[in-house]
Amino acid sequence: MDSIVSIKQLSKVYDNGFKALNNVSLDIKRGEILALLGPNGAGKTTLISAVTGIISSSTGSITVNGFDNVTHFRQARSQIGLVPQELTLGAFDTVWNTVSFSRGLFGAKRNPAYLKQLLIDLSLWDKKDNQLRMLSGGMKRRVLIAKALSHEPDIVFLDEPTAGVDVELRKDMWQLVNRLRESGVTIILTTHYIEEAEEIADRIGIISDGELLLIEDKKELMHKLGKKKLHIELREPTLEIPASLGAFDIELEDQGSTLIYTYDTSAEATGITNLLQQISSAGLHLKDIQTTQSSLEDIFVDLVSDDQYRKAAQ
Amino acid sequence: MNLQAIRVIYRSEMLRAWNTLFQTLASPVISTSLYFVVFGGAIGSRIQTIDGVEYGLFIVPGLTMLTLLTQSISNASFAIYFPKFTGTIYEILSAPLSFYEALIGYVGAAASKSFIIGVIILMTASLFVDLRIEHPLWMLTFLLLTCITFSLFGFIIGLWADNFEKLQIIPILVITPLVFLGGSFYSISMLPPVWQTVTLFNPVVYLVSGFRWSFFEVADVNVWVSLAMILIFLALCLIVVSWMFKTGYKLKE
Repeated sequence: MDSIVSIKQLSKVYDNGFKALNNVSLDIKRGEILALLGPNGAGKTTLISAVTGIISSSTGSITVNGFDNVTHFRQARSQIGLVPQELTLGAFDTVWNTVSFSRGLFGAKRNPAYLKQLLIDLSLWDKKDNQLRMLSGGMKRRVLIAKALSHEPDIVFLDEPTAGVDVELRKDMWQLVNRLRESGVTIILTTHYIEEAEEIADRIGIISDGELLLIEDKKELMHKLGKKKLHIELREPTLEIPASLGAFDIELEDQGSTLIYTYDTSAEATGITNLLQQISSAGLHLKDIQTTQSSLEDIFVDLVSDDQYRKAAQ
Repeated sequence: MNLQAIRVIYRSEMLRAWNTLFQTLASPVISTSLYFVVFGGAIGSRIQTIDGVEYGLFIVPGLTMLTLLTQSISNASFAIYFPKFTGTIYEILSAPLSFYEALIGYVGAAASKSFIIGVIILMTASLFVDLRIEHPLWMLTFLLLTCITFSLFGFIIGLWADNFEKLQIIPILVITPLVFLGGSFYSISMLPPVWQTVTLFNPVVYLVSGFRWSFFEVADVNVWVSLAMILIFLALCLIVVSWMFKTGYKLKE
């Protein structure tokens, strides 16, 4: 696999003893969109901070395009752009000056034409001479993105890019991420909006309590962990599940008028034919049938709560 | 070496001063003028000469030092404290530049600003008194070394401070008293013998004395001792700041 960022056995223990990252190993593929999903405080931002050099890691190593991010920090960092979670911007700088500042800070030569196009792409060009404190929250978010892209990085970290952002800007943001990917940029974004990961990511990593619980291709993840539900609506409600259906994973809902059968899509046989025959021979009449697939959200909630349950049991 | 980064940090710091030009210049110029009117004009006219120098003239180097010290410290400490306070420091930390390159940008800009202010104060002073400079090169050396050293000291304070109170406490509680008691407005030979000895523990005495010597060849201590003292303080600041950078003190967890 052609990995652009390689994280090996990374741990971070803060001075107060809090273990924010626990033995995380992760390879980020060149050109992919990787979504890191996890509840608040799971360690997503810590992971990004360790890669970008904002914090130093306790143990483990990180390489960016083959450059160690400590011993060769200049080469490693100059390829990375970071959009932080908070709207951290100066107040009195102008948009143009702050973006030029970022470009210079990352050691890139002046290139007003590139910066102009960047601001145009982000709908910031008409605001280029405005002071940062005069901008709305959404505009500030765009400025942070412009700053992160100002030095033409190969890798962009977006830390909660759509937290507190309205629907329109969120769609804009997703488009931007897609455009960036098309131009060959590798994107790592953290989010706790599952919908977002489902919409734009190629791969999904799930982080909880400082551990990477899994990392998987999005489609495979949905396939592997996704379960389907068959909703069987009955013509007349039944008070209890007939004994002949005892072998099936069935629940009774809507005061007995709906049977819900949960089955595994990756299993050899789904058991649907058999189930329908048994229902019919039990004397129940079908009114309607419908299947639903579990969303990433269900998968996520299952995984994280399993993990927390497991830890609590220890 | 990331020269681009040093350039943009220096430039944006200087630009900040330029955008607040009135604030940057008005306060030192007005306060210096007030000192001249009060000490030089009103009181000075009733004081005889000190070591053969007219009082209004005698206080010029001390006054300049007073402003240089406070301006250098406040410029540099704010410059690094503010990004920490607003969180924009993330960019400096994640950029491909070493702490020392950031230091050169920030301290260089703070020292440049103080240097310019120092020159403007001397020009303001020359409107009130007939200023003469016996050793211009020495004068420039002291001016530059003071700007750099105390900007570095301010940078350390800015790194150390984690609230606005800490940011102000050293300038107010340490620097201002040391400058006032450091012979800025008098010769230490005017003090009782015991206090003359005590005063020699005040590092500002050496600064003011050396700086004054470069103007009038009048000094409380030998000029070489003055030079050595400021170099020692510069070295101490460099040692402290390199320890801070090595440990990531309050910058990087």
